[in-house]
Amino acid sequence: MAKKFMYLNRKAPYGTVYALESLEVVLIGAAFDQDVSLAFVGDGVYQLTKGQKTDDIGQKNFSPTYSALGDYDVNKIYVEKESLEERGLSLDDLQHLVWEDEDEDWAEKDSIRLVSRAELADVLAEQDITLSF
Amino acid sequence: MATLHTVNKSPFESATFETCLGLAKSGSTVLLIEDGVYAATTGNSAADAISNAEGINFAVLGPDAKARGVESKLADGIKVVDYTGFVELAAEHDTVQAWL
Repeated sequence: MAKKFMYLNRKAPYGTVYALESLEVVLIGAAFDQDVSLAFVGDGVYQLTKGQKTDDIGQKNFSPTYSALGDYDVNKIYVEKESLEERGLSLDDLQHLVWEDEDEDWAEKDSIRLVSRAELADVLAEQDITLSF
Repeated sequence: MATLHTVNKSPFESATFETCLGLAKSGSTVLLIEDGVYAATTGNSAADAISNAEGINFAVLGPDAKARGVESKLADGIKVVDYTGFVELAAEHDTVQAWL
């Protein structure tokens, strides 16, 4: 039976290796046919900002990988509204992530679900396994 | 004694930036690097702290802001420097204090 896996992303990218490591684990885990969700909270919301260009810091820009998650059936991406607001950000500052719904003639749908802190608490409470990065 | 303070932690995850601002003297410069660059973006509590800090100069390391996709959200009045500018700032000040 498929279990509900939650990857809870709480750190900004590049300053530490947590964001990249989480993404690697998500992609590996996607091969195991589980019910996967990602949540971005706190500085984790910075992982999804658009327009990242890392040429001048000598690190790999892994942000385009988030847009591939839909192809791995990872299409429940929760972003906490309060975390965005506290940082002066809005959804417009983030990448537009989509997935294609096989059951509806491959209709393109948004992967990001903007949720309040209280709503995210409910989502977290439903999980079988939560991995925090 | 003019000091160059470097801060590399996000102001939202650590008290480093706040502590640095509290202890930096007038005439000194705070250079925001790595995850510290988020403090230089607009519309948040760190931006307020910067505009209220009198006599302190602020700079941000451009390559780190660009990598994080926040280059277009930097607050006005904060000097953007490249690596050469970082070295120049270090040379212009009497001492460098790295807040880790």
